[in-house]
Amino acid sequence: MEVTKETLLGFYETMVTIRTFEEKAMELFAAGYIPGFVHLYIGEEAVATGVCANLTERDFITSTHRGHGHLIAKGGKIDLMMAELMGKVTGYCKGKGGSMHIADVDLGILGANGIVGAGQPIAAGAAFACKYKKEDNVCVCFFGDGASNRGTFHEALNLASVFNLPVIYVCENNLYGISNCQRDHMNVSDISDRAASYGIPGVSVDGNDVMAVYEAAAEAVKRARKGEGPSMIECKTWRHRGHFEGDPGIYKSAKEQEAWIKKDPIIKLEKKLLEYEYASEDELNAIKDTAKERIEAAVEFAKNSPDPEPEDVLRDVYAD
Amino acid sequence: MKTMTYVEALRDGMRFEMNKDPNVYLAGEDVGIFGGCFGQTAGLYQEFGPERVIDTPITETAIIGHAVGAAASGLRPIVEIMFIDFTGVCMDEILNQATKMRYMFGGKAKVPMVIRTPCGAGVGAAAQHSQSLEAFFTHIPGMKVVMPSVAADARGLMIAAIRDDNPVMYIEHKGLLGVEGEVPEGDVIVPLGKADIKKEGSDVTIVAWSAMVGKAMSAAASLEKEGISAEVLDPRTLKPLDIDSILSSVAKTGKLVIVHEANKTGGFGGEIAALVADEGFDYLNAPIKRVTAPDSPVPFSPVLEKAYVPGEEKIIAAVKELFA
Repeated sequence: MEVTKETLLGFYETMVTIRTFEEKAMELFAAGYIPGFVHLYIGEEAVATGVCANLTERDFITSTHRGHGHLIAKGGKIDLMMAELMGKVTGYCKGKGGSMHIADVDLGILGANGIVGAGQPIAAGAAFACKYKKEDNVCVCFFGDGASNRGTFHEALNLASVFNLPVIYVCENNLYGISNCQRDHMNVSDISDRAASYGIPGVSVDGNDVMAVYEAAAEAVKRARKGEGPSMIECKTWRHRGHFEGDPGIYKSAKEQEAWIKKDPIIKLEKKLLEYEYASEDELNAIKDTAKERIEAAVEFAKNSPDPEPEDVLRDVYAD
Repeated sequence: MKTMTYVEALRDGMRFEMNKDPNVYLAGEDVGIFGGCFGQTAGLYQEFGPERVIDTPITETAIIGHAVGAAASGLRPIVEIMFIDFTGVCMDEILNQATKMRYMFGGKAKVPMVIRTPCGAGVGAAAQHSQSLEAFFTHIPGMKVVMPSVAADARGLMIAAIRDDNPVMYIEHKGLLGVEGEVPEGDVIVPLGKADIKKEGSDVTIVAWSAMVGKAMSAAASLEKEGISAEVLDPRTLKPLDIDSILSSVAKTGKLVIVHEANKTGGFGGEIAALVADEGFDYLNAPIKRVTAPDSPVPFSPVLEKAYVPGEEKIIAAVKELFA
């Protein structure tokens, strides 16, 4: 697949924005600005970026507890995200959801989700709506290796298959379900093998190679738009941080961590951009600086935003 | 007005709304050619076709889960869970997805979906096909719960539930499906959250819903002969509850008996009793009584099942205690 300089630089900008957002979230969490739990996407940026580059605003995604990257890649507004992380009334969910529930239904983002695997049937439903309305939009469901063990996985993929729904199941296999490593929670090494039991295509790709992710997703999205049904893509990747901030990750070996850090998706893409002479070091640094400025502006917006009023507790329980 | 059975009426409610709104569809296990386990959807597949009357695999989690995604994306699904007992299989989709999405997203999503499901004992179906689990669902903020007792309400509440922009549990009682009643035709709804006084009375208020309404009515007729004038009130919707109508009735009678088929502990009768104790204590001149099933699973043997389900005689006995 031919990929232009602009496309690759666009990937780089998105990945750097996600990384910078997450590093800032890490810092703000440690400093006490963010209540609750924060699950960082650092190290997995190529997956959301490569997949969402194939989507438009009319397409849907379902995300996970580790959802910031999916939102940014799908076009979510970082100031509203940051305000939501801090529980502010200006946030995406008016401070009612927090990190694990950020959504932008107008952009087709049907929410991060605090329940592992819950997005799988919801994604089938959004894809069902696309098909029912005879439109060519699609839904992407992001989920982790751990979520592929849930009953929701089986029920959703089976339903999507028999209903021939335009949905792409993207497994972000970061090799650990919290502390439980893949070899201890399943006896297959390629999770994409599971697609065969639903009669749908499944492929495994290097989830730290944004081009590989992009190409696999392009194929799956094309199939879905043409009415040829669901697919599954397994992206093998690694989270650099603990399951949540505060988890020291004692269950991972230093050697394993070191090996994967060397395969950092952003460094990988930087090398490619320099090698192809698509950008100079200075140009890449300029992209990083711009991302930092944008994130700083979002943080300022969030910090200066008001908290919700206590009376807001009872608002939005029901639609009128 | 037209004479219809309860099952015909709830089906006619679905049909009416499906004709009116192309975004309404029906999905569930065996709702297509088979017509539903109790015939609830008979004929709809032939009328609306396989795109709108959809047989799913045996997959309760995906039935509810897909409906959440479809509703959030602009459709209005009616999904059937074949027996309310099976909601245990898909509780996350009800508890943490359908009813949480709007609130968690700061009011920026709508999840208009109806979960239709039969409840109730009396047909020898034992512990996993007979329960009355309404209290599970009334406890969930974001959920609405309706339990029609007669054909007219079965139709009118169905139309109102489909038009509502929130998740609604529509709980139909197996024992009522064949009961006939007069049903208004056309665009007539029964608004959610509005109780119905089934019989006026002055000495005691009996609050009952679903299949217990008929038993309360029989009990009230017997009590009338003994000089006790009972008012029978059917809330029809448990959530939102028309507590004002209950309080007005208790203000008039001074006595309250609550009847439900579900077992006692944690049942919705406790909630009504607490609300009346809170807001209507001064109206009461006797303790609040509950007539419910015992705290056991639903038994199989007809002898045991008869002992389990609250009957007319238990209601009469509870009322008489208040006049002793």
